[in-house]
Amino acid sequence: MAEIIVVTSGKGGVGKTTTSAALSMGLAQAGKKTVVIDFDIGLRNLDLIMNCERRVVFDFVNVIQGDSNLSQALIKDKRCENLYILPASQTRDKDALTIEGVEKILNELSDSFDYIICDSPAGIEHGAQMALYFADTAIVVTNPEVSSVRDSDRILGILQSKSRRAEAGIEPVKEKLLLTRYNPTRVEKGEMLSVDDVLEILAIPLLGVIPEDESVLKSSNEGKPVILEEKSLAGQSYSDSVQRFLGAELEHRFLDGEKKGFLKRVFGG
Amino acid sequence: MSFLDRFRDTSPKSASLAKERLKIIVAHERKTRNAPAYLPALQRDLLAAINKYVDIDMDQLQVNISEEDNQSILELNLTLPPK
Repeated sequence: MAEIIVVTSGKGGVGKTTTSAALSMGLAQAGKKTVVIDFDIGLRNLDLIMNCERRVVFDFVNVIQGDSNLSQALIKDKRCENLYILPASQTRDKDALTIEGVEKILNELSDSFDYIICDSPAGIEHGAQMALYFADTAIVVTNPEVSSVRDSDRILGILQSKSRRAEAGIEPVKEKLLLTRYNPTRVEKGEMLSVDDVLEILAIPLLGVIPEDESVLKSSNEGKPVILEEKSLAGQSYSDSVQRFLGAELEHRFLDGEKKGFLKRVFGG
Repeated sequence: MSFLDRFRDTSPKSASLAKERLKIIVAHERKTRNAPAYLPALQRDLLAAINKYVDIDMDQLQVNISEEDNQSILELNLTLPPK
């Protein structure tokens, strides 16, 4: 039985797809058989981040509608043999995803994978609800910024009322916070919400903090999950987050700004 | 914070302002999360009725519906203007 993980946020542009790519690659590298599904119907992008955009033949909706079988649509990653990608369709019909259709695919994947990562679209509409409905665990990606934190709280409410686990009245979806685009220097200056501020408001366990890092854009340019940039700060933090997800107890790194010399401390800047 | 910063800037930091605003709006939205769909309309009608007698704004009126021990409670909180 696979564990189903939804990567969600409410707000767009906070790093859901970056996180889905990094997390799935990290789990696969740790020897777990992993599939990552793009739920953003009509706005497919995970394929670009995973560098398989030219290998898409069939997609998620093709499988649901019976135009292809699952093994025809799954794309095997070229860098890690444990990792598969199921791309979203570019159809404009957003209702192409049905609960029954999604359930059937997840059940089929569940037999042969350890982890199923569902990359949610932004918003709280149909696609986002489909992505989170069957989740066992939710990774809530949040930026330290007012609109993102508010939207994350909104998504937590939906997880607690409209997921399968909530409707069935069984053990609730496990919620984990991933704080991304964190800038410790600005936090120290009092210009950005701190990890503790966000934790106090959302009140869910912290999976990791990913610092704002130029390597995220660079690796998306190259179609490379940033976790493969082993020397980058974002890559190392994603790697720590994966280890934590698998049960390791690691301290959170990169939470302090650049070290200041004596003169800077006195005169600022 | 550096020594000179103490003279330079005495205004509250924007991050703490963000935190306070978030705390209030998130608490408010959590309360209304499980509220019935008619609550916003009820709130508007109540405001219209109250405005016939006193002039208050929407942010001076809080309407909550909660459930306790098999009974629903409609709670109405309003700030009246000084006479």
